[in-house]
Amino acid sequence: MGEPASKIEVKNIKDIGLDEGAARLTPERIETVVNEVINNETGARLKVYVDTCVHCGLCSEACHYYLSNDKNPIFAPAGKVKQTLWEIVEKKGKVSPAFIRRAAELCYTECNLCRRCAMYCPFGIDVAYMMLTMRRICHKLGVTPQYIQDTAHSHSATMNQMWVKEDEWIDTLFWQEEEAGEEVENLRIPLEKEGAEVMYSVIGPEPKFRAQLIYQAAVIMNAAGVDWTMPATPGWDNSDMAMYTGDNEMMARLKKEHFETAMRLKVKRIVMGECGHAFRSVYDMGNRALGWKMPPVEMVHALEFYYELFKAGRIKIKHKFEKPVTLHDPCNVIRGRGLHEMARYVVNKTCATFIEMTPNREHNYCCCAGGGVINCGPPFRDKRVVSNRVKADQLAAVKKKGVEVCIAPCHNCHGGLEDIIHHYHLGLELKFLGDIIYEIMEKPE
Amino acid sequence: MHTLYNIVSGPLAWLAFIIFIGGSIYKIVTMAKLARKKDSAVYEYWDMGFALRSIAHWSIPFATVNWRKNPIMTLVTFAFHISLIVVPLFLCAHALLWKEVFDISWWYIPDGMADVMTLIVIGSCFYFAGRRILRPDVKYLTSTSDYLILLMVVMPFLTGFWAYHQWPGYRMMFILHMLSGEFVLAAIPFTRLSHMLYAVFTRGYIGSEFGAVRHAKDW
Repeated sequence: MGEPASKIEVKNIKDIGLDEGAARLTPERIETVVNEVINNETGARLKVYVDTCVHCGLCSEACHYYLSNDKNPIFAPAGKVKQTLWEIVEKKGKVSPAFIRRAAELCYTECNLCRRCAMYCPFGIDVAYMMLTMRRICHKLGVTPQYIQDTAHSHSATMNQMWVKEDEWIDTLFWQEEEAGEEVENLRIPLEKEGAEVMYSVIGPEPKFRAQLIYQAAVIMNAAGVDWTMPATPGWDNSDMAMYTGDNEMMARLKKEHFETAMRLKVKRIVMGECGHAFRSVYDMGNRALGWKMPPVEMVHALEFYYELFKAGRIKIKHKFEKPVTLHDPCNVIRGRGLHEMARYVVNKTCATFIEMTPNREHNYCCCAGGGVINCGPPFRDKRVVSNRVKADQLAAVKKKGVEVCIAPCHNCHGGLEDIIHHYHLGLELKFLGDIIYEIMEKPE
Repeated sequence: MHTLYNIVSGPLAWLAFIIFIGGSIYKIVTMAKLARKKDSAVYEYWDMGFALRSIAHWSIPFATVNWRKNPIMTLVTFAFHISLIVVPLFLCAHALLWKEVFDISWWYIPDGMADVMTLIVIGSCFYFAGRRILRPDVKYLTSTSDYLILLMVVMPFLTGFWAYHQWPGYRMMFILHMLSGEFVLAAIPFTRLSHMLYAVFTRGYIGSEFGAVRHAKDW
């Protein structure tokens, strides 16, 4: 299966953002910034997490990096904290630029913030929180991987992740409406419809690379008779790489724009496409950054929305999808929102043969693309593929049982699994749940 | 010897209790205050039902996936922690002290059982130390302080066992027993032994987040 790990360059990875960012640092600057973050932005949680960890190593086997890299201790969750925050807290920020360079590479590209380890630590220590704190420090120090920083720049310049201009956005929606209109007569993608029940929001890459997903969503909305709309203004993008670079201010701005767009349109709820990190941002982190305990507008992930549509019988299918499928559980909507049973309901409703991977549900292995890792770009691609051999083994095991299609209801998971399937020559097809629904549903003429 | 005995069993014992209780209260109160100021999420999202659900699962051997994945560690750690708490509190000789000093009377365990539990604690400490030496991931995390903590914990049990069985030098062992017990008690709030104070809060918090916000299990 695939090339052996040793042939692939995963060490000494060059990244201009990390290398030059670290080259600009002085020990004084590091100390100032570290203490700013530790004193002003963290408190009891960090202290208690650092004090409570008894170094037992029970978290190790939770991590796909650790399991996939022959149980190398530097990839164990607590091992990652040792190389980052323990040292920083103990030395009160008196660490070298080289230390920060390594810590930055670790926290951005060797942890997906998937929170699986929080379920394996007897104390429930949240390592993802600590990695995010490390990222916050790196962000303030200006030591961030170039590719993900570019998307964060796009967010701050355009309020979307992919440098999509306002007219391009509207044009893309018109284009998809026109295309879908050829298949379903009078199909509309209603723009700026005030008082609609649902605002449908997507991530920046959808109009940029995967516009057919907007087409499919429009067909599904249309067939189910949903009263929906999409905004024609910035605020349409629910994605959030600023959350992952550690730019919390930008995260808050993005979510404010998103929620305010929904409020301006006076919709009852926001339904979002099949994306995991964006869900984490709107449901868990971005809302908190703005001071909302829960999102001010109800946030519904596509999985839950499909579930509602099937449960209410609003979508009819012509026949079940015939190829045997398996389902990948994306961290941010499973461990992050518990949608696993709803996802299975829809899969069972739409697919003839469903074969589970193990472990599954809350105990799924991450795709190794999440947490912004795939957004750190090509320099780190090999590392993340090699570091998820366990996922490849999982997929290979279900393939043996006859699975031909892997459903991954998350954009990042798609990207990550695509690379894994390719690298390990698994020969599986990858689909969104929406792809399957679109393919087999009864469409209005 | 008598003066030493008097100091160790008198003022030092009081000091240890004061440091342990005072230090524990101080630690919990300062952390609670700090959390109120800096981590309001802990209060906002705390949900007693889900917190207890999580704590309960992790307090029962083999009730979580990770306990089941590590059967030996699970058995050892549960036996160790139970013995660690039961022996000092309910050893017959200690129960007499509780009665004598504080006029509190409660149950006591038979001496034979206390002996077994003491051996469990001692054996567990060796197991933990072995794990630290032999398992690469645990070894990587281990610092000198981790061994010192194990030593601190094992000492009162080792010396207590020695003194109870009146092996040679048991009088000295008895003093060492009290001294090491006092030392470990006083150290609880200020070392990683403070997981004794914080565990319910960290577990309860993540249990609340997983249960109430994320609608997912955390075990």
